[in-house]
Amino acid sequence: MADTAVVAAKTKSMTIGEGGTALALTALAFVSLVVAAKAYTPEYALHAYLFTAASAAAVIAIVNRYYERAAALPPLTIDGKPNYNMGPVKFATIAAVVWGIAGFTVGLWAALELAFPAFNLDLPWFSFGRIRPLHTSAVIFAFGGNVLIATSFYVVQRTCRARLVGDIAPWFVVLGYNFFIVIAGTGYLLGITQSKEYAEPEWYSDLWLTVVWVVYLLVYLGTVMRRTEPHIYVANWFYLAFILTIAVLHLGNNAAVPVSLFSSKSYIVWSGVQDAMVQWWYGHNAVGFFLTAGFLGIMYYFIPKRADRPVYSYRLSIIHFWALIFLYIWAGPHHLHYTALPDWAQTLGMTFSIMLWMPSWGGMINGIMTLSGAWDKLRTDPVLRMMVVSVAFYGMATFEGPMMSVKAVNSLSHYTDWTIGHVHSGALGWVGYISFGAIYCLVPWVWNRKLYSMRLVNWHFWISTIGIVLYITAMWVSGIMQGLMWRAYTALGFLEYSFVETVQAMHPFYEIRALGGALYLTGALLMAWNIWKTLRTPALEAAPTRAFAMTPAE
Amino acid sequence: MSLWSKHAIFEKNSIILLVGILIVIAIGGLVEIVPLFYLKNTIEVVDGMRPYTPLELAGRNIYVREGCYNCHSQMIRPLRDEVERYGHYSLAAESMYDHPFQWGSKRTGPDLARVGGKYSDDWHRDHLREPKSVVPGTVMPAYPWLAQNPLDFSHIKDDLRTQATVGVPYTTDMIDAATADILAQASPDSPGAGGSRQALSEGASTGLRRQPRSHQ
Repeated sequence: MADTAVVAAKTKSMTIGEGGTALALTALAFVSLVVAAKAYTPEYALHAYLFTAASAAAVIAIVNRYYERAAALPPLTIDGKPNYNMGPVKFATIAAVVWGIAGFTVGLWAALELAFPAFNLDLPWFSFGRIRPLHTSAVIFAFGGNVLIATSFYVVQRTCRARLVGDIAPWFVVLGYNFFIVIAGTGYLLGITQSKEYAEPEWYSDLWLTVVWVVYLLVYLGTVMRRTEPHIYVANWFYLAFILTIAVLHLGNNAAVPVSLFSSKSYIVWSGVQDAMVQWWYGHNAVGFFLTAGFLGIMYYFIPKRADRPVYSYRLSIIHFWALIFLYIWAGPHHLHYTALPDWAQTLGMTFSIMLWMPSWGGMINGIMTLSGAWDKLRTDPVLRMMVVSVAFYGMATFEGPMMSVKAVNSLSHYTDWTIGHVHSGALGWVGYISFGAIYCLVPWVWNRKLYSMRLVNWHFWISTIGIVLYITAMWVSGIMQGLMWRAYTALGFLEYSFVETVQAMHPFYEIRALGGALYLTGALLMAWNIWKTLRTPALEAAPTRAFAMTPAE
Repeated sequence: MSLWSKHAIFEKNSIILLVGILIVIAIGGLVEIVPLFYLKNTIEVVDGMRPYTPLELAGRNIYVREGCYNCHSQMIRPLRDEVERYGHYSLAAESMYDHPFQWGSKRTGPDLARVGGKYSDDWHRDHLREPKSVVPGTVMPAYPWLAQNPLDFSHIKDDLRTQATVGVPYTTDMIDAATADILAQASPDSPGAGGSRQALSEGASTGLRRQPRSHQ
């Protein structure tokens, strides 16, 4: 045995992944340094320095890790069982909790700015126009994105019974993605933005994300290809559709020409009406594939596991998967009703949005009916309850969406808070709750611990539910009220209200909305405390054995 | 063997699944986006449309930087109340040189497509410095730094050149005259504007300001 150890030690060498990443990041560090020196603006120079520092730190970490690791890379299996790589999953899970708190806090701040403009502080970095993209990106991409990376890396390993592909690559995805978040978020505050909704990061952040995302796709696909199970489990179809489609959307919508290598500014290649169409093709499918398909992947793994029941219908999952991804792409133009976008495109967008109701509810039915025979668990397991209520919110939001895409309804709802309320019933209810549920599952499973307190989960559930209800009802009232006030006429045929009168009428609802947001944030803080306490408890003796129920019922 | 079992092709071959997804998601986008680039009636022909002057472009970049699109639309819909409140409904041609478009999606504040010329310059200065001073009920943030920070237009030619690359019809002459053009439009009496004033009188400069924008 000693001989083999010696041989192994002699043959220890850097992998292509280690050497290649270290070299590429070294080059990036130097290029960034040059850019920092010649940058047009101090804001861009700061970002260039951040790139230099992060690249240098990563190179040092890679080399240090190389010296400290054993000659052989971790085995793919141990005693015939897959040797899962849970490090990146753990990092992304914690990152999701941290970014979630940050994103909800910024959201609350933005809500307070609308209720009480003094919160803008008369400072550029905190004015609503810069804070609002920070909020949307923090909750969608930072919180949601880390939940998706954590759960997808967990689910793909468990359902394929295979270790994640790559040694450096999964870490590059997790850390690189979070670095993108830092660059994007600080950029908004400093005034670096493309001003395309949900695609605000400038060209260099977009390029960086492209590299990270391609590696993500390769790691994910490689792990699926390494599977020891004959079938690719349904959750993986959704994750794959999410990763692939987001790549396509990101490239299409962010096609831009930088003013200079030394400028953070770029101009989008599309203009006017075409840019509007491309933007909402992207924007609506960021909802469809980032916030829906990806989180349906979570639903298809975590609800059956938690309920210990098989997925309700295998055939329904096939139909609703293909129908959902086919129909969603068409729905973008409903964001452009009555605009200068040609009518034929608006009509197509409306028609497909209405049809989209069906596969959406197919998914909802498949998720909720998975509890068949286990409904009693809703009373005893607040984590499962959270996830099931999440799917109920999904059903509600995916009914409201098609309704709002009808042109007659949209003529009232568009440009008002109704849209904000609709988005938040999906975001707080569906995306938020399925994420919290997944985090409450993942932390005990991955760290091999017992969750610190179920009572706290219960409190989290009820406090945040009240928050959601306050939020969305306030926005319904304020949105519909404002829409009606805009179009109100006096008996003499004059517009009844000036614009600012409609703004003042919304004030009480903006206060209620802020209160709802505060309650939601409070719930999330309880979760963070619960997770923190869970991680402080000692690990369980043996891994908990869980019954598998992965075979779909026919 | 039912049709359902055929689905195993996708479930057992990750690349076939990947290609299947790619084809299915490509269709809708292609059908809705590609025709907008070749159908002639997508953008109606409007007389007098011109690209932004360099100063207007610099101002638009401030609009972008501050995230004004988060609260203001620039897209008047052809609905009775909107046309009465904001003016003629917006035409596709009016944003044909906008990279990116700024139609917006939310009106926490009013539409701005035709706000130009509606209020005096003094009103706008007061409003941006302290919105409540002219509209007491507003929730708009104050932008005092806009009055304090000088405009950096040292790279304005790069901006015009990049705009030309993505299809805005700026000519080489316009790009060369951009700096003088900014000075001439901002403060016609400033020393740097001299060349441009002369050029304008000779009709050789950008010529952008000689046509008023059609929609104002």
